[in-house]
Amino acid sequence: MTDYLLYPGCSMETSARAYYDSLKAIAGPIGLNLKEIDDWNCCGATEYLGISLTPAYALIARNLALASNAANGTRTLVAPCSACYLNLAKADYYMNERPKLGQMVNEALEAGGLSYTPGSLDIRHLLDVLVYDIGLSAIEKKVVQPLTNLRVAPYLGCMVPRPDYQHRWSDHEQPIELDLLLKALGAQVIEFPLKTECCGGHMTQIGPATAFEMIRRLISGADEHEADVMVTVCPMCQLNLDGYQGEANRFFGTNYHMPILFFTQLMGLAFGIDPKELGFGLELVSAKNVLDTLGIKAPPETPPAPPRRPRKPEGLPMPKPLKRPKVEELEKEVTQ
Amino acid sequence: MTDQMIAPPIPIQAQGEDLTLLEEVASRTAGVSRLEMCIQCGTCGGSCPSADAMDHTPRMLFAMLRAGMRQEALKSNTPWICVSCYHCVVRCPQEVHIADVMYTLKSMAIRAKLYRDSTAPDFSQTFVGMVEEYGRSFELGLASQHYLKHFPLRLPNMMPMGMGMLSKKRMSLTPKRIKHINQLKTILKRAKELEAEQ
Ligand code: SF4
Ligand code: SF4
Repeated sequence: MTDYLLYPGCSMETSARAYYDSLKAIAGPIGLNLKEIDDWNCCGATEYLGISLTPAYALIARNLALASNAANGTRTLVAPCSACYLNLAKADYYMNERPKLGQMVNEALEAGGLSYTPGSLDIRHLLDVLVYDIGLSAIEKKVVQPLTNLRVAPYLGCMVPRPDYQHRWSDHEQPIELDLLLKALGAQVIEFPLKTECCGGHMTQIGPATAFEMIRRLISGADEHEADVMVTVCPMCQLNLDGYQGEANRFFGTNYHMPILFFTQLMGLAFGIDPKELGFGLELVSAKNVLDTLGIKAPPETPPAPPRRPRKPEGLPMPKPLKRPKVEELEKEVTQ
Repeated sequence: MTDQMIAPPIPIQAQGEDLTLLEEVASRTAGVSRLEMCIQCGTCGGSCPSADAMDHTPRMLFAMLRAGMRQEALKSNTPWICVSCYHCVVRCPQEVHIADVMYTLKSMAIRAKLYRDSTAPDFSQTFVGMVEEYGRSFELGLASQHYLKHFPLRLPNMMPMGMGMLSKKRMSLTPKRIKHINQLKTILKRAKELEAEQ
């Protein structure tokens, strides 16, 4: 068992309950021992940073202080939400890069009897820990129900692979970690060049037309490649793509039906865990098709994939990846 | 890009009477912004998914900061349209902390009351108000306050989603408060005092 400190974040208890349930269900089988920080507070999402600097960072840093107090033989703090992960990582990084910020934040924390030394925790996203610590081969060994025939669009969104202060990911715009994990589960991972495009973030709340267009692009991209499901690593992405898919459909007069699941839910299915324990049914765009596909005992031969339509030039120009550390190693693990 | 190719950033000066606008923005940004290193290459605007909706591309905005155009820069909708996707940040050849500068400009625009559309600042402030009160976000309270004020016409279209979220218990009816909310309030009060002294 490997011990980790867990910062769940507000969404895990509400809109992303399926993420939390499925995480708890898969943690045991893969030997991930998560210890939730006691009395953590909201990280401020993307809202507090744009209001006032010191309070925003003090809000985040209270969690870091609580976590480092609770650290007992471990210094890794895991966050399953992209926005929480980035905020925690940001506070740790900038308190160090700008000692003056560190000093002010600590002065504020002191008023509450707390303090935090930047650099004392390793802040990591859940996907990173699963792929690089637990390891793809260990995950693959737990698979009893391979996700054969399930066409999955891997979607990471922005804030996990970018800005990536600690250089943890294979690439900032086309990272392959999630693809490899899904392949280890036996899924058919589609080529999804939009995998780190924005889900709209808080624009669903402040500029719906802009947000709906971002949602439409992602969903139609996955649909064009005939994905059965799109998999996310973030509560905010899931909420935007699942919760607002209906409103975006009405806005454009489209009729997309793309289920959006958390990657941990698919891990649970592959491990043979009851879908009910994995939060299935909580999604607004039903993912019943996913279960149907996997419910077939002897899946028929997959028909040859239809010719892929040429990519529309609506995506951002994607520069060539600059570096791909650890990738060969990972690929080897999967094919072993 | 090797480290040698990037000149080190100018050290941030202490806050004082005669900071230029660029220096002020840099000094209010969380990390070392490297804003003064911008070479106006335009990579940021070219990488930006929301550039079309922006009054100015990030590049133009940074040129305005350098030119000391305070009112114009703080009135620009650009920081409010930025979705913090960090595409520009990982592509900028000068490693300018573009997204963090956008946060700084938002906070300066709020202070100076120079934003033109209050939808985004109101949303941020309502969100933060809930967090300061409970220590947790409270989606239902936030959504109802925000939509009633800014998007009343969206409500009918939002109903299926809202009902779905409630019936599936993905949104709670009541806020949840952390145990040591008073500790958090004390910390934030002190942080605000420190910020005000800046
Ligand atoms: S990409 Fe960087 S250097 Fe180029 S214009 Fe934008 S901020 Fe300036
Ligand atoms: S971080 Fe903001 S400015 Fe930069 S590309 Fe994304 S939306 Fe545009």
